[in-house]
Amino acid sequence: MSHLSDRPEKPVVGVSMPHESAVLHVTGAALYTDDLVHRTKDVLHAYPVQVMKAHGRITALRTEPALAVPGVVRVLTGADVPGVNDAGMKHDEPLFPDEVMFHGHAVAWVLGETLEAARLGAAAVEVELDEQPSLILLRDAIAAGSFHGARPVMLTGDVDAGFADSAHVFTGEFQFSDQEHFYLETHAALAHVDEGEQVFVQSSTQHPSETQEIVAHVLGLHSHEVTVQCLRMGGGFGGKEMQPHGFAAVAALGAKLTGRPVRLRLNRTQDLTMSGKRHGFHAQWKIGFDSEGRIQALDATLTADGGWSLDLSEPVVARALCHIDNTYWIPNARITGRIAKTNKVSNTAFRGFGGPQGMLVIEDIMGRCAPLLGLDPMELRERNFYRQGQSTPYGQPVVQPERISAVWEQVKDNAGIADRKREIAAFNAAHPNTKRALAITGLKFGISFNLTAFNQGGALVLIYKDGSVLINHGGTEMGQGLHTKMLQVAATTLGIPLHKVRLAPTRTDKVPNTSATAASAGADLNGAAVKNACEQLRERLLQVAATQLGSNASDVRIVEGVARTLGSDKKLAWDDLVRTAYFQRVQLSAAGFYRTEGLHWDAKTFKGSPFKYFAHGAAAAEVEVDGFTGAYRIRRVDIVHDVGDSLSPMIDIGQVEGGFVQGAGWLTLEDMRWDASDGPNRGRLLTQAASTYKLPSFSEMPEEFNVTLLEHATEEGAVYGSKAVGEPPLMLAFSVREALRQAAAAFGPSGVGVELASPATPEAVYWAIQTARRGDASLNGHARNGSATNGHAGNGPVDGAVRTDAEALNGA
Amino acid sequence: MVAARITVNGKDTPISPAAPHTTVLDFLRERGLTGTKEGCAEGECGACSVLVARPGVDKPTDWVAVNACLVPVAALDGQEIITSEGLATAGEPGKPPTLHPVQEEMAVRGGSQCGYCTPGFVCSMAAEYYRPDRCAHPDPADGADPADSAGAEHGPNGFDLHALSGNLCRCTGYRPIRDAVFAVGTPTDEDPLAQRREQSPPAPVATAYTRDDAAFLRKSTLTETLQLLRERPDAVVVAGSTDWGVEVNIRSRRADCVVAVDRLPELRELRVESDSIEIGAALTLTEIERRLDGRVPLLAELFPQFASRLIRNGATLGGNLGTGSPIGDSPPVLLALEASVVLADADGEREVPLADYFTGYRQSVRRPGELIRAVRVPLPLSPVVAFHKIAKRRFDDISSVAVAFALDVEDGIVRTARIGLGGVAATPIRSLATEAALEGRPWAAETVEAAAQVLRGEGTPMNDHRASAEYRSAMLGQSLLKLYARTTEAVSS
Repeated sequence: MSHLSDRPEKPVVGVSMPHESAVLHVTGAALYTDDLVHRTKDVLHAYPVQVMKAHGRITALRTEPALAVPGVVRVLTGADVPGVNDAGMKHDEPLFPDEVMFHGHAVAWVLGETLEAARLGAAAVEVELDEQPSLILLRDAIAAGSFHGARPVMLTGDVDAGFADSAHVFTGEFQFSDQEHFYLETHAALAHVDEGEQVFVQSSTQHPSETQEIVAHVLGLHSHEVTVQCLRMGGGFGGKEMQPHGFAAVAALGAKLTGRPVRLRLNRTQDLTMSGKRHGFHAQWKIGFDSEGRIQALDATLTADGGWSLDLSEPVVARALCHIDNTYWIPNARITGRIAKTNKVSNTAFRGFGGPQGMLVIEDIMGRCAPLLGLDPMELRERNFYRQGQSTPYGQPVVQPERISAVWEQVKDNAGIADRKREIAAFNAAHPNTKRALAITGLKFGISFNLTAFNQGGALVLIYKDGSVLINHGGTEMGQGLHTKMLQVAATTLGIPLHKVRLAPTRTDKVPNTSATAASAGADLNGAAVKNACEQLRERLLQVAATQLGSNASDVRIVEGVARTLGSDKKLAWDDLVRTAYFQRVQLSAAGFYRTEGLHWDAKTFKGSPFKYFAHGAAAAEVEVDGFTGAYRIRRVDIVHDVGDSLSPMIDIGQVEGGFVQGAGWLTLEDMRWDASDGPNRGRLLTQAASTYKLPSFSEMPEEFNVTLLEHATEEGAVYGSKAVGEPPLMLAFSVREALRQAAAAFGPSGVGVELASPATPEAVYWAIQTARRGDASLNGHARNGSATNGHAGNGPVDGAVRTDAEALNGA
Repeated sequence: MVAARITVNGKDTPISPAAPHTTVLDFLRERGLTGTKEGCAEGECGACSVLVARPGVDKPTDWVAVNACLVPVAALDGQEIITSEGLATAGEPGKPPTLHPVQEEMAVRGGSQCGYCTPGFVCSMAAEYYRPDRCAHPDPADGADPADSAGAEHGPNGFDLHALSGNLCRCTGYRPIRDAVFAVGTPTDEDPLAQRREQSPPAPVATAYTRDDAAFLRKSTLTETLQLLRERPDAVVVAGSTDWGVEVNIRSRRADCVVAVDRLPELRELRVESDSIEIGAALTLTEIERRLDGRVPLLAELFPQFASRLIRNGATLGGNLGTGSPIGDSPPVLLALEASVVLADADGEREVPLADYFTGYRQSVRRPGELIRAVRVPLPLSPVVAFHKIAKRRFDDISSVAVAFALDVEDGIVRTARIGLGGVAATPIRSLATEAALEGRPWAAETVEAAAQVLRGEGTPMNDHRASAEYRSAMLGQSLLKLYARTTEAVSS
């Protein structure tokens, strides 16, 4: 067992416990960035001037009318920026733009004594625009050849030979939807400048170091003049990895110019219309199978809808390409990635970061092709699982292929698949208007940032004279339980009870140059860094204890807060040990560091081993579909997921369940719509509110929901044998989509490939049922060696004429 | 008139200097009670849920959860509210608080992740915890058809998951929250909030809250209110403010004068006569649901599908008809019930059949200064009823189309058919052609197929982000086929 994965006696890691802030959450005492406003004096409120056109050059921007509004203090424009007028890392995101690039683009910000004054001020700002043609839909951008950024190609084997050897070749096209993060806490920042001109920004950010960097370059400062703190976030999901920087910079600029604290909080409408989403994708594919249903070759082009600026689109597309194989060996592949440039918000990181998009393409292909190959979809998937000795299309060996089938077989057992398939067949035979189906999908998700440099973490651990311990690390808490795990790691490494350890809010002046809390790697990177710092301290304290106990340091153990030495009854309590160490002038603080070893990646050749390991899981989902309407319920879900040896089982199960439901939301319910008409609202996000963009609620929760963590799953390459858990479970939700496809197919004759739009809303399922009922032989033949299009079915008739109707859910 | 005040977590607090449009949410946060969160500002996410003491159905006082983001604080003049901070009992200095039982279950079962939605969940849970008629529903028996998941929506402790239909969580996937709510027990006798239910509710208080030329007004009687509306025909009339609150927050509308009618006794009666049931226009949907207790089966089908419990705790039939939306949920049902609207103004009352009430998009025969006092449902009721709401999400969604049926089938012949439709035209409509295609004909597949074809052609459904026009039209016909299948399956089994 490696040093990193080895657990000591009576570890605190592995103990199931609630979130460290749970009591603060339930009482409402937990503070989020915007809660601080009400504890801060003389705050100014920032409000955006959004231009409601999809594209155009600003020919005039008149701020004087705003200044005439009572309570308006200042209007921030590009002329106020002392440093670089850019909010991104690619220098393609002007903070105060001269050109409106999407409907709702903020071109100036108004500061007011009250939010109401700032709002009225923003409404008074006059903007004149020279309107330009715009591209709204992904397919229009593709047709127009509007792309930006890298266009990677992932190549392995000989694709043409692979197709030549194939008994069956299918082609198809698939476009699927973007997804809104809908963290419950919208973007927020609160900035002030102290007497020494030090800028302090509290921000709801997953990436405090980058927020700091952007604030510094906008203000023309060095990084040591800017401190960013994140207390906690009310959800992030990737939406606060890149997107918070500009908002923090606006608040900081306002504070710098006025000398007063400035608060910027987006309301939900602003957040939805101004911040990026999960990338929707278009895929064009051709796949070859041998006579046994084994994949011989895959040729595909994946195009992400990047929106107006690059943001994180390039690494998102890279990860999509790296996950198009999912759990399947593809000996010959040619996969091209592209980023479409559209006049929409700049799409960004979202849980899975392109991985779900890549995997959705292959799972859709499997679901569509299985009936055409005459195979049960479960069987088709199993036949293509990776075997020992095989590598991914980008050249990384799959060293634990047995984990793919281990979780798969266990979920089949847990779910009682064989019996339930019989029950479902009997049910379907007896119910002409209602059908059920059960589908299993698996996953393999690479852990580590694709870009090797990001795979580092830092920590600062302080022990005070009274024996209490304060830990700082570079990761941020957004609900995923990272801080809970870090407390458990520190207590485990030091050998003390959990209550001795406290965690300080994430700040850039404690741990510098941190990576985003992203890529599921928060616990891996920061946990190893915390462990490293605690080990340094423990080594020093063992020396002190050895002297006190009259033994060698190598014979001393600290367990549950008591130091003992082998073969002796003598013991020394932690608090006494720490006090003794202080008087012996032993340093009681340590900076910890970790870098993930063994990674390499060549972005140009698209080859390497970018991932430390793979996370695995499998899910079996059963749905019931109403043939009259297409409405459905998720009756039961069984999941077996591989988190290595869990650091904190309740937290991990929460991540698995939450990720699954969020994934199911993306694939079934969450339906982003944009106005692509030529009317006056072209480019407007139509689903810009919780009333029109529906998240899963209690009614979408699986009625029976069983999650099991794979046992005896030690991961040698990660802290205390654990594995990352944040993103992978989202992709377990493919099982729901595939079950819906099969249930729709059950309304028609067998052997027909059913296409299903994504999201598979009740309407989309209804149309799939109608197609299946027709038993469409023509479609079937068409798909075979022809082409089959399943798009965002709802989009067809909808994109054109859209009439805004008032929402009338509520009474008066 | 005394200055407007509100009791927050037992503490008497002046409402000034809030603006007349200031919501309870903003009022609380500005006073440092930041546990109440804004997630959407339109009553969809429940992060702002708080408890309000209201006249009870079974006890003198009920604790009712509402969306603090929608209700103007001036509307709660003289009232009592509890927030997440007020549910816990403060500990000694430096010691943790004693958690409320619902807080305890949420905390220990992993019901919070990011924690932002949690205070709102906790308040919605507490309201259900204190619901006097929460009684044990047995789990569905083994072997029972699990497709009938009514059992799964009630815990063994009687907890109704619909109580949380207006609360969204983006982190947990809900399972630990369900476990938490199904695990809570019953309040002890010492529980101060349980005790509070036994006392009279806070009385309505006449309110004239004005600031900077804007006013929030509440009169004590209908007569005074109608007089006020005659003088101020421009006034915005609110009951639960569930619609107006959205206008204020999302569309930044501000009114010079808002008049509250939700506590007028004349608008809060429910009278069952021999030939009709009269439902006060300002009763909340929750109150109607509990007081009717299934007596009007079509309404009983409607209520769980109407927005969320948080909204139903404020929303009224008067409001739903007053806003006149073509996609309101109650008009199709009330049309199928052949209900009429009782309109009152300073000169008196008149009764208008609902079928004649709507005149255009959000337009009606209601005159300036006129108020909906009640809705009258004639008796007897037709026995074959169904309400089909087509939407993306089962809980708390807006319909693409909605269809309500009320049929009399006697000796296999359809004697009368009343069908109300929403979402197919500028107003809710009756499907007279479909009714004609059914009446006098056998309730049989052939009739139903033909009538469904007629129904599909009703109105001019539109394409929008909720559904395509084709789907909407298809669903009209499908709803009749589904009703027919249900009635025949019921007979055959």
